[in-house]
Amino acid sequence: MLHTVNKSPFGHSALDECISMAADGATILLIEDGVYAAKAGASYEGKLKAAMGNVKVAALGPDLAARGITACIEGVTVVDYDGFVELVAENKMTAWV
Amino acid sequence: MLLTILVHEGPYNHQASDTAYNFIKAALGKGHEINRIFFYHDGVNNGYNSADPPQDDRNIYKRWSELGKGGIDIVCCIAAAKRRGLKDELLMEGIRISGLGQLADAVLGSDRLVTFG
Amino acid sequence: MDDMKKIMFLMRQAPHGGIYSYEGLETILIFAAFEQDLSMVFVGDGVFALVKGQDTTGIGIKGYIKTYGVLEDYGVEHMYVDKASMEARGLTTDDFAVPVEVVDAATISALMEEQHAVIPY
Repeated sequence: MLHTVNKSPFGHSALDECISMAADGATILLIEDGVYAAKAGASYEGKLKAAMGNVKVAALGPDLAARGITACIEGVTVVDYDGFVELVAENKMTAWV
Repeated sequence: MLLTILVHEGPYNHQASDTAYNFIKAALGKGHEINRIFFYHDGVNNGYNSADPPQDDRNIYKRWSELGKGGIDIVCCIAAAKRRGLKDELLMEGIRISGLGQLADAVLGSDRLVTFG
Repeated sequence: MDDMKKIMFLMRQAPHGGIYSYEGLETILIFAAFEQDLSMVFVGDGVFALVKGQDTTGIGIKGYIKTYGVLEDYGVEHMYVDKASMEARGLTTDDFAVPVEVVDAATISALMEEQHAVIPY
């Protein structure tokens, strides 16, 4: 399963809920304001790294760039829209809108 | 792969319409097909023909219209549209109003549902 | 029916503050006509939609708590509530207007993996 999260983890519970329900081996793709979760050095880093023991985490590059995020948490894969499409082709999707 | 796209938010107020559009362009570029784009909740506001966004910004309505005129089926939910004042004479070319059954039909007939909200 | 597909509605929004859960309910009633294997799962603030005793007369918004009661007749086989979300909000099954199945996150996770599509509201 591919999960997308488009809300910041600092103001919304979407990513917390997503992480609690993502199966082992699932991929969480952070898009739009969701990419703030991937910012290195922020307070969500510990939670995201813990989640990465079970799930893969990716972030949409154009959304990172648009928000001036240049340093991602180690282990987060950066994808473009083509990569987003590939993830959808490989998996069913749940959007945590 | 056959995709149904569901958009829950209106244009400009949220990024959902932009992300959906960028995703669709990439999907088409990779040879995937769009079964239907369905606008729900404030997403139906993507269908208006009366908006006039600033010239130096993207025109979200025109982008959808061009996809619709290019042959992609784009539907605004009728119940959501009625609540928000959208009717046939206010619709961009290439977009139509129809029932939620069109969402069910598309979801059941597609390989993937891709939701933006 | 052999070609029944599993569709899950992921309800994460509280009622009345936004229209998502109400319009989500409208979607489910339409999907019911297609005779598929439908389930709802209430997560996060979505669990508040099920709380009994909602009286919306004072806010002038049409209440729809009664609609959950007819979903079973419409063929919605399962209404799941996330245990952690329910407990975090100080709720028990006694607080809900309809019978639900309280399950943990791992169960919801496994159910999600079986779906043809998950539709979030």
